[in-house]
Amino acid sequence: MDVILTDIKYTVIAGVVLTVIVVLIAPLIAG
Amino acid sequence: MEYLDLWLIMRWFHVVAGVMWIGLLWYFNFVQIPTMPKIPDELKPAIGKHIAPAALFWFRWAAAFTVLWGLVLAYNQGYLVDALMLGAGKGLVSVTMIGIGMWFGMIMAFNVWFVIWPNQKIALGLVEAEADAKPKAARMAMLFSRTNTLLSFPMLYCMLAVSHGAG
Repeated sequence: MDVILTDIKYTVIAGVVLTVIVVLIAPLIAG
Repeated sequence: MEYLDLWLIMRWFHVVAGVMWIGLLWYFNFVQIPTMPKIPDELKPAIGKHIAPAALFWFRWAAAFTVLWGLVLAYNQGYLVDALMLGAGKGLVSVTMIGIGMWFGMIMAFNVWFVIWPNQKIALGLVEAEADAKPKAARMAMLFSRTNTLLSFPMLYCMLAVSHGAG
């Protein structure tokens, strides 16, 4: 977890991954 | 005159403030933080005493204005409550998307005002603090600034999804 917030490269990658997760779960929340 | 609409102008204010906020967030994370270790010690006060405080002023007020104005816009458009409830079970992905984006934005603005700014005041010596509190505060501010950078990517996608006409 630490490296995600201390190395900007991994912060960006984690941000993109979280974006994909949001796009995938949004329709499930919306129903 | 169809492009001289009050709420279009208000939305423009929201976007302008948002660009300033996220632009400065990315300046801190992509430019200032990685470059600081390479700056000679005698030049560091130029950043710590002049540039960072000025950037933080515009950063925190842009954050407040963006979020407060976003909430006013959502209320005006009639989806504020549904979006805050993440549009759960409403069958409209666009409301869920804007809701997730709004929550990310509010969490980020909270971090700016209640974690990053108080810790930056200590780290930059703008308030009285013990010497060993400074590095601790600087690290706390950096970690939450990075958290906001991480959240900025899905937040922006959620904001764009709505104007793109998602579900």
